[in-house]
Amino acid sequence: MSGLLEIEGVWKHYHRHSVLRGIDLSVDSHEVVCLIGASGSGKSTLLRCVNLLETVDDGAIRLDGTEITDVRANPDDVRKRIGMVFQSYNLFPYMTVLDNITLAPRKVHGVGRAQAEEQARELLSRFGLDGRAAAYPDRLSGGQQQRVAIIRALATRPRLLLLDEVTSALDPALVAEVLEIIRELKESGMTMILATHEMGFARDIADKVCFLSEGVLLEQGTAEQIFTDPREPRTREFLRRVLGARRI
Amino acid sequence: MNDPSIEPGGTSTAEDPAASTAGWAKSERQRERERLRRRMDLRSSSVATVSTIVFFVLVIWLVTASPGWPRVKETFFDLGQFTDAFPDVLRGFLLNIKIFLIAEPLILIVGLVVALVRNLHAPVFFPLRSLAVLYTDVFRGVPTILVIYLVGFGLPALRLQGMPSDFATLGVIALTLSYGAYVAEVFRSGIESVHPSQRAAARSLGLTHGQTMRFVVLPQAVRRVVPPLLNDFVSLQKDTALVATIGPLEALRQAQIHAAETFNYTPYLAAALLFILLTIPMARFTDYLSARSQRRRGM
Repeated sequence: MSGLLEIEGVWKHYHRHSVLRGIDLSVDSHEVVCLIGASGSGKSTLLRCVNLLETVDDGAIRLDGTEITDVRANPDDVRKRIGMVFQSYNLFPYMTVLDNITLAPRKVHGVGRAQAEEQARELLSRFGLDGRAAAYPDRLSGGQQQRVAIIRALATRPRLLLLDEVTSALDPALVAEVLEIIRELKESGMTMILATHEMGFARDIADKVCFLSEGVLLEQGTAEQIFTDPREPRTREFLRRVLGARRI
Repeated sequence: MNDPSIEPGGTSTAEDPAASTAGWAKSERQRERERLRRRMDLRSSSVATVSTIVFFVLVIWLVTASPGWPRVKETFFDLGQFTDAFPDVLRGFLLNIKIFLIAEPLILIVGLVVALVRNLHAPVFFPLRSLAVLYTDVFRGVPTILVIYLVGFGLPALRLQGMPSDFATLGVIALTLSYGAYVAEVFRSGIESVHPSQRAAARSLGLTHGQTMRFVVLPQAVRRVVPPLLNDFVSLQKDTALVATIGPLEALRQAQIHAAETFNYTPYLAAALLFILLTIPMARFTDYLSARSQRRRGM
């Protein structure tokens, strides 16, 4: 009961529709959690709630033991400790790769330019993007852009990294290079929550897999348990369809 | 955002039970959170009220404490002069509104046509295109008041058959020429802001350049430029007063006449008030439109 992130009874309504219906989830330090489920099941909304991009309509979320959904909490302070990567990269197109990465460390965390750039170059070379620092995002492939977006999120040294379907906009040949980074992050001990459609990858990397259906967290367990012996019929049905489609 | 219209479990729609908040019973925590949020809202609106009052009291004190205030009060804020001049100024103001209402649609037409001509890329249209460029360059460059003088006194001097000699009409022509150039640029930037992929998609379906413009590009472009267009129209409403310089008895001219008789400037204040009353609804409408488009983009 003292995980890094505690999600307790979270509800979210859009108009007259509940997209999250009482989600409970606990994430420990260094744990990798994969959220799976059909489009519209609430995976992305849950991540956006954790990053306070959405206001929860009931329930609470705690990070390091303090409630971040508290009305008096400063969202900017919360977001300093959480990194997020989006499906469509969301890089700033008018900035070079280096400026994209150093923006938050310099402006939010008060790191000096020289130090921020040195750190950015280090990250770039660690993730195989040497020599790309001065390029603008539209000069890069989708896979490279997404790697830059991950580095941008890492540059602020977050306690927790949220990855929202980060490979969904990439063509298959480029997916591997992004997944490789995530795998490396897991090895370095980064705590992550991923919303993903990559079942094989989820099975491979996740410490915990959560199946969401219509805003309900129907089932959670180890990757092994969810993929080989799901308890819920709806999980079974979902996996059968997704994995079946993969074989065609 | 929090939608207050949703009550726990109460508003489930019969036809689609999944698309409802059924099963949600508002927790004590959420109740407490909403109470707290209301309290914080109340506090911030009280702060806003107090700071607004303090600000205005300060400004009024500063103005009324200035050494020249008694004199200014006499010449600019004379209630008797105000009521004397107001009917004439108001009658003049109706002419301003008339000029505005006639000029506005004309400006929209001129602006759109010029913008479309500037977007014709075929070589045949080069003369038309350069004419459009010349037009926008010239009329955006020349001060509106000069255009009004040149049109007002220059056009009738040509003594052409059927040339209007009425100064209000000449004023409308001058304003249309001047503002048409601005509005053309607004339309053009709107057209260019539509992503090229939209054009590619339309052309790939076999639509011609004209059809692409008409059915795909313009509907998106016009929606985007409505706020800047309304901004230009607020400006146009004021600039109808410039027509006073060539003679028609609109609001400013009426105020001038009254002021010249009495050496009291209160009639100008009356005219200014009328212009403000006209532009404020337009400004709020612009705000409303941009707020709506923000909401649509889900921000």
